[in-house]
Amino acid sequence: MSIAEQEAPSAVAKQGEVINNFSLNIATINGSGSQTSNGVLLRAFFKMGIPVTGKNLFPSNIQGLPTWYIIRLSKDGYLAHRDPYEIAICLNGRTVAEDMAKVAEGGIVLYDDSLPIAARRPDVTYYPMPVSKLVKEANVAFELRDYIANMVYVGVLAFLLDIDMGEIEAAITWNFDGKPKPIELNMSMVHRAYEWAQANLTKTDPYHVQRMTGFNEDKILADGNTSAALGTIFGGVSFVAWYPITPASSVVDGLSKYLPRLRTDPETGKANFAVIQAEDELAALGMVVGAGWAGARAMTATSGPGLDLMAEFAGLAYFAEVPAVIWDIQRIGPSTGLPTRTSQGDISDAYFMSHGDTRHPLLFPADPAEAFEFGIVALDLAERLQTLVLVLSDLDLGMNVWISPKYQYPEAPLDRGKVLSLEQIQELGHSWGRYKDVDGDGITWRTLPGTRHPAAAYFTRGTGHTDMATYSERPEDWENNLKRLRRKFETARKLVPAPVVDLPRSGTAQAGIISLGSNHPAIVEARDLLAQQGIETAYLRLRALPINDTVREFMHTYERVFVVENNFDGQLHEILLSEEPVCGGQLISVARCNGMPLTAAWIAEQIQKGL
Amino acid sequence: MSVTTENTGRPAAAVKTNHLGLEKAVYKGAPSTLCKGCGHDTIGQRIINVAWELGLDQTQVVKMSGIGCSSKSPAYFMGWSHAFNGVHGRMPAIATGAAVANRDLTVIGISGDGDTASIGTGQFKHAVRRNVPMVYIVENNGVYGLTKGQFSATADLGQRLKYAGLNNLPPLDICLEALAANATFVARSFAGDPRQVEALLKAAFSHRGIAVLDIISPCVTFNNHDDSTKSYSWGKQKETALNELNFIPPYEEITVGYYEGEMEVAMHDGSRVVLKKLDPDYDPTNKLNAFQTLESARQNQQFITGLIYINQEERPDLHELLHYTETPLVHLPEEKLRPSRQALEEVMAKL
Repeated sequence: MSIAEQEAPSAVAKQGEVINNFSLNIATINGSGSQTSNGVLLRAFFKMGIPVTGKNLFPSNIQGLPTWYIIRLSKDGYLAHRDPYEIAICLNGRTVAEDMAKVAEGGIVLYDDSLPIAARRPDVTYYPMPVSKLVKEANVAFELRDYIANMVYVGVLAFLLDIDMGEIEAAITWNFDGKPKPIELNMSMVHRAYEWAQANLTKTDPYHVQRMTGFNEDKILADGNTSAALGTIFGGVSFVAWYPITPASSVVDGLSKYLPRLRTDPETGKANFAVIQAEDELAALGMVVGAGWAGARAMTATSGPGLDLMAEFAGLAYFAEVPAVIWDIQRIGPSTGLPTRTSQGDISDAYFMSHGDTRHPLLFPADPAEAFEFGIVALDLAERLQTLVLVLSDLDLGMNVWISPKYQYPEAPLDRGKVLSLEQIQELGHSWGRYKDVDGDGITWRTLPGTRHPAAAYFTRGTGHTDMATYSERPEDWENNLKRLRRKFETARKLVPAPVVDLPRSGTAQAGIISLGSNHPAIVEARDLLAQQGIETAYLRLRALPINDTVREFMHTYERVFVVENNFDGQLHEILLSEEPVCGGQLISVARCNGMPLTAAWIAEQIQKGL
Repeated sequence: MSVTTENTGRPAAAVKTNHLGLEKAVYKGAPSTLCKGCGHDTIGQRIINVAWELGLDQTQVVKMSGIGCSSKSPAYFMGWSHAFNGVHGRMPAIATGAAVANRDLTVIGISGDGDTASIGTGQFKHAVRRNVPMVYIVENNGVYGLTKGQFSATADLGQRLKYAGLNNLPPLDICLEALAANATFVARSFAGDPRQVEALLKAAFSHRGIAVLDIISPCVTFNNHDDSTKSYSWGKQKETALNELNFIPPYEEITVGYYEGEMEVAMHDGSRVVLKKLDPDYDPTNKLNAFQTLESARQNQQFITGLIYINQEERPDLHELLHYTETPLVHLPEEKLRPSRQALEEVMAKL
C-alpha cells in the first residue's frame, strides 16, 4: 500500500513478480452462472484501482455451449483486448485442451480436478480445484450448485493472486443488490475455496495483483448499452419502440430499468414516457416515426438484421423529414451472421440506408461516457435536423463492461429544433410552407399535429412534394427538394460531433490513423507500440459522419493515413475515399473482421507493414 | 344544432353550421384525383358529413394512411387536419406512435385491402391487439388499383379479372381477422349505403380503443362487374344489414322509448348507440355469435353489414395499458423530460 501510493500507475514488482499486468481466460459453460463470478472479479480488480478490461465471448445459445471471459489487467492503463493470456481457468471439458494449449509461456492453469487433463506442459504451472468436492461440502440446494460452483475459482484466485477479500465481498454485495441470502451463499463458497487453496496449494507462479492508484479514480464501470439508455433518458426521450435482438436488447433493458425510477411523475405517479415492444423492427421504427412526427423524442435500438427491416422507414424519415433515432449495436453480418460477436460492419449500410438518394448522419461512440453523451446528442440532432440519426455502437462496447470517465451532465437545454408555435402560425397564416427553406440551411420549419389553427396542418408524405407539402411530380420540384436535402446534409457536417485529433507528444507524425468507436483503446495502445519502434503517429478519432473540414485536412496532411475499422470491406475507408477522392493514394485500409475486438498488436503490425 | 345566417354576398340564405359554428365546407379537403364514382370518394364524403355533424375539431384530428388509392383519400377530406401518408401496409405503426405521443389526438386511419389484408396484415392485427385508440377504416375493393388491376387478398375465390386472370385463393375476411385479434368494435358496411356508413362512423368515433370498419368500396375501373362481390350492383342487391344504428351524442337527451328488438350500447364517452335488430337472432355483443355469423356469411357468399361486434368493457385501450401521463407526451416540458443533475450522480454512485 505505501509503495502503491508513491507513484501512478504504481505497482512495483519484486524480482520476477508480475503485478497487475496479465490476462485471465475463464472458460465455462454457457448458462452456468459464470457471469456473476466474472463480473465480481472484474469489479474487485477495478475497485483495487487496477486498469482492467473484460471481454465476454459467449455463444448464441441459452445453455450448454462454451463461453469464455477474458480479463486483462494492465498497470499501464491499456484497456484494449489482448490475445495472449497468462492464466487459464478451465471449467469446461470440451474446450480444456485448447484453452490450456494457448496459455502463454510461464503461465498457469487452474482447472476443475474432474476434467481430464492430458499432456501437461512443462512451462506451465498447474493448480487443481476440487470443485465438486467443495460444492458438495457446501451442502446447498441442488439447483444452486452450478451457480456457487463458479465461486470456487473466485476464492482460489483470491488466494493465488492476493485479491482483496473485502473488494470481493463488496462486488458480490453489489451484484446481489444487498440481498443477504445470495450474498452469504456466494461469500461462504469464496471463503471455503480460499481456505482450501491456502491449505493445499503452494504458490509457485509470479502473478499478483496489488492495490494501485492513479487510473481508476473518478471513473465508472459501465457497459455501453446501459450508458446509451441513461443518455437517452437524460436526453429527454419520451417514446421508445423496439423489437428484441442481440446485442441491442440490453439498451432497452437499461431503459426499462431506469425510466420508471427517473421519469415517473412525482405528482401523478404516472410514467412520463412510453415503451412499446413492437411486433418487428418495421413496426418499431414506424412507431418511432409516428411519435417523432407528432413531436415526441423518440428512439429505437436494434442490430444489423433489424436495421435491414428498418430501411423502408429510414427512407421515409429522410424524405418526409421526421426526427428519429436508431441505436444500432453492431454484430457480425451478413445475414444472421454471428449474433454474439462484435463488428463495425453496418457503416455503409447505415450511411446510405434505404433506396434512392438517401443518407443519414451517423454517430460513433467510443466508450460508455460517450455512449451516454450521444444518447442526448442523437435526440437533439434528430429534432434539429428533422431526420433520422443513427448511433453506431457495437457488441464490444454495448455488452462488455468498460472502465469509463464519468457521465457528463448536459449543460445545454434540449434542442427541440424548428417547430412553429401557435403564435407564429397565427402570424404567418397560410404563408408558411412545411418545406420552405426560409433560413437557407436546408432545415425547414414544421408544425406539430394538434396545433390549434387551421393553417397549421400539412400533408406529410414519402412521395414527391412541393415547398408547401402538396403532391408534385414536376421534375424541378423533385430536384429542388433533393438539392435542399443535400444543403441540410451540409449543415449536418457542422452540427454532428467533431472528430478528436491527437498529435504525437514528440516529433512529427510519420503517418495518420483514422478510426472510430470501440477501436479507441486498441489504437491508443498501438500508437504506443509504434512509438516504441520510433514511429510517431497522429490519430483522428472520427465521432460522426458526415465528415467535416478537420477530417479533410487530416487526410491531406499525412503521406499515409491508415483507416482502421472492424469490418472486412473497409467500409469507412470507402466512404472517406468517396468524400475526398483526391486522397486515394494516401488512404490505406486496415480492416479486419473475425468477431473479436481489434488488438493493438495487430493494428501496429499492419501500420508498420504499410509504411 | 344552431342555424345561423351569414352574409355570403348572395341573397341571404340559411347556412348550416355545427356546434363549433363551422360550415360543412370547411371539413372538405383537396379535390379528389380518384376515378369518377370511386367508392373511396363516397366514404370521404361520409367522413366529412360525420365530422361536421359531430363537430370534430379538425386541428385535433390526424389522418393516417399507407399506400394505394385508399391511402390517397385523406387528402380529400378534413383539410385542417394533419395527415401522414406513410409507406405501404405500415399505417398502423405510424398511427400507434402518433396516438401514444399525443393522446389528445383523434386518430383516423385509412387503409385499403392491399394495405391491410396483404402487405400490412401483421401491423393491422397487432394494432388491433394493442387496442390503439383510433378509427381504422378499410376501403375494401378486392383489387389493386394504382398498379392496374391485380387481385388483392380480399378477392373472391374463383373470380376472374381481365388483367389478373383467375383467382384461386380464398379471400381474407378483415372482420374475422379483427375479431380473432380481439377487436372490440368490428363493423362492415358498403360505400353505397351512406346512412349506415355514417351511423357506424359516429359510433366508431365514440369507441374506446380501436374501431375497425371494413367498408366495401367498389373500384369502378377494375372491379365493378356485376358478378364481383365488391361491385355497386352486388352490394345494392345483396346487402343484408344485421342491424340499424341510431347514434345519440352525449349532449342529446333521450326522449324516445325502446321498441321491441332494439338494444342500447352505452359508449365510453357518454354517447349511446341504439341498435335496431334486423336479424332478431343477432346479438353484436356476443363474440361467438359474431364469429359464427361472419363465417357462415363467408361460406354462403352473403354480404352482411352493420355493427358486427361491440364491447366497451372487454379490455383497456393502449393509453390505459401504458399507465402514462394524462398530459400528452409531446407537451411535457424539459423539467419533466430531463432528470436532475443529482439524479445522475445517484445513478453513477450505484454503478
